[in-house]
Amino acid sequence: MTLKTWRDIPIGGLITDAGNTQDYETGSWRSHRPVIDMDRCSHCMICWVYCPDSAIMVKDGKLGGIDYTHCKGCGICAHECPRKAITMVEEASAKEGAR
Amino acid sequence: MVSAKVKGKPVALDGDRAVAEAMRQVNPDVVAAYPITPQTEIVMRFSEFVANGEVVTEFIPVESEHAAMSATIGASAAGGRAQTATAGAGLAFMWEVLWVASGMRLPIVMHLVNRSLSAPLNIHCDHSDSMGARDAGWIQLYDETVQEAYDNAIQALRIAEHPDIMLPTLHALDGFILGHGLERLELLPDDAVKAFIGTYTPAHPLLDVDHPVTYGPMDLADYFFEHKRQQAAAMEKALEVIPRIGEEFGRLTGRYYGLVEGYRLEDADFATVALGSTAGTAKTVVDELRDLGIKAGLLKLRCFRPFPASAVAEALGNKKAVAVLDRSLSFGAQGNPLFLEVVTALYTHGFSPKVVNYAYGLGGRDTVPALIHQVYKDLVEIDRSGLTGPPLRFLGVRE
Repeated sequence: MTLKTWRDIPIGGLITDAGNTQDYETGSWRSHRPVIDMDRCSHCMICWVYCPDSAIMVKDGKLGGIDYTHCKGCGICAHECPRKAITMVEEASAKEGAR
Repeated sequence: MVSAKVKGKPVALDGDRAVAEAMRQVNPDVVAAYPITPQTEIVMRFSEFVANGEVVTEFIPVESEHAAMSATIGASAAGGRAQTATAGAGLAFMWEVLWVASGMRLPIVMHLVNRSLSAPLNIHCDHSDSMGARDAGWIQLYDETVQEAYDNAIQALRIAEHPDIMLPTLHALDGFILGHGLERLELLPDDAVKAFIGTYTPAHPLLDVDHPVTYGPMDLADYFFEHKRQQAAAMEKALEVIPRIGEEFGRLTGRYYGLVEGYRLEDADFATVALGSTAGTAKTVVDELRDLGIKAGLLKLRCFRPFPASAVAEALGNKKAVAVLDRSLSFGAQGNPLFLEVVTALYTHGFSPKVVNYAYGLGGRDTVPALIHQVYKDLVEIDRSGLTGPPLRFLGVRE
């Protein structure tokens, strides 16, 4: 990405394009990733309610997976899941299937 | 653009009340302030205007100066015209958030009634408070008279809100000397002030939910420096804008304002440099010396931030000897704030007159004409002997 000069950016550090945090790939901060056991998941969506980064993806009203590009690995979803369907796995030992 | 000169109404007011009158006429959307001596009368008087329905301002009687500046920042980011007033320790308590106001490029106006900083406890005038905030990214104007306090209170808003500037602006009036000193001045009619300040259309108000923006996000090593560079550019631009607004104000009132004001300076051999009310005292002394045939002159700085270096160098470069009067001490420095600026301006413009620095008037120590006479006497002696002597001196302290 080419960095802009001081003449080419809004003054005062102002962010004028709403929702641009999507461009910031906070998934790189993660040390542990949540992995969902879909056999145990009841699609109660409590994880979706609690996730501070909107990283729980929804498909047809059901849990559709995790957005690993933005998930910071905070573990709140795993903590809140009433069926213990989410496990936090250390990134180093995580297998493929997630980016 | 207002161009016809309007007739002012002569009144007798102290500086605080004159500033409160200017605030009433400006009618800001929000004023958040905490009373502190010697600014108290501004807040007291303005809250009367609020209670009487003479302004539509939302007045927030905050619990501290940190909160005063923070609430003013919020109101300004929301898109309103926001003002506050403080003094001495109050400004010091705003310290952290002064940078937030300037960093977010919010056109806040602050009325500062200069007061010394504790300890020992003192409520009287010196410039320790505003000089301490000189790197905070605020434009700084200084008032010589109550009339100037009123005039600068109005012009500060136009300077701050100028689209090429967008910097918070403070004007400083000497505590008690101007703040509580009764002087004759002329007030503009309300509608003339209203026309002069016009309406403010913020470019990115927080309350515009159709165009959402974020103020004050995290800004790390990749862009923080660029945003600071923008602030430096705005300060530079203010050197052009401030006199233009002063000129427009002059066409309206007959009172023209620039960055600096020379008093009998052009053909002077010996010059003093001063901010604030001491410039008035020095003018009296200059007149007395001129009557004696001594070519004395004065350079008064109206604007300290941005520092008008070219104007200062041009005005002082050819003098035989120059004395810079500082109403503050920068402990351990090679000179006090105004002196350092003046010497740098001279050197970088290729001038090297003999220059000395006097710290004076700390904690409200009265600076009478006899003391300023002593300064000119020293300058004459420096020129006669060819010896500058110690560059840092104290004026009016018991040795």
